[in-house]
Amino acid sequence: MIQAFAFYLFAIVVIVSAAMTISSRNPVHSVMWLILAFFNAAGLMVLVGAEFIAMLLVIVYVGAVAVLFLFVVMMLDIDFTEMRAGIARYFGIGLALAVALAAEVMVAIGAWSAGSINLSRRVAPTDAAVPNIQAMGELLYTRYLFVFEGAGLVLLVAMIGAIVLTHRERGGTRYQNIARQNQRRPQDATRNTQPAIGQGVEL
Amino acid sequence: MNGSIGLIHYLIVAAILFTMGVLGIFLNRKNLIVILMAIELILLAVNINLVAFSAALHDLVGQVFAMFVLTVAAGEAAIGLAILVIYFRGRGTIAVDDVNRMKG
Repeated sequence: MIQAFAFYLFAIVVIVSAAMTISSRNPVHSVMWLILAFFNAAGLMVLVGAEFIAMLLVIVYVGAVAVLFLFVVMMLDIDFTEMRAGIARYFGIGLALAVALAAEVMVAIGAWSAGSINLSRRVAPTDAAVPNIQAMGELLYTRYLFVFEGAGLVLLVAMIGAIVLTHRERGGTRYQNIARQNQRRPQDATRNTQPAIGQGVEL
Repeated sequence: MNGSIGLIHYLIVAAILFTMGVLGIFLNRKNLIVILMAIELILLAVNINLVAFSAALHDLVGQVFAMFVLTVAAGEAAIGLAILVIYFRGRGTIAVDDVNRMKG
């Protein structure tokens, strides 16, 4: 009973906040609704027994990706009002396409639940005695070790790519040149002069 | 899964979420930031599907692959936002109606 209540709560909030994400006027509000959607999706996943993925959703999405979006939205000086101009033009075809897609997916779900498709054998059956995180770790570091390393490589490439893309040399700034600093000797930096009285030094 | 809530319920939630993401791409044709958020919604729907099937079939592989999808989504968001920033620097707008002019 309580599971059903929690499921409907999370599901309804997820769907409403997704709708608000794509229809909100202000992109900052969109990011906030996206954060709410991810929190509630994490709730759905806790409900189904996948605690590790739920925590990962909260940490990665709410903690990193949503904040990244927020930074970009606030950093760029964009006039968002004129960006809403074409929305009425695309609403009809977009809605038609969305309804068609939803109907197709529901038909696919119905066909799947009719039970005519044979499923292959389980690769990693869950054991009720082993906690979710431990079971995930045991699977990740054995069977999927190389895929896991590949995922790390993907993140590394994404990081380097983002840095290379957004890095730019600014003109007019002074950088420290350590080699030049070390080459500098007292004799080319200083000199002794004996100026005439009342004349000062010509530099 | 327990109670009256079964796999079908999760699949329907994921289907609606996926459709919302596609609709978001259509509605915000000009706003690249909201398009990226809609793509995040689509990937979230995929993750819900993977986790729901993993729980229904008592097989942990779905959750492992949900983690990989999460990784790719994070990298995609970083690269997409980086491209958005340099696009904005070059043109002063993020309207993607005329990206076909982006060459080289």
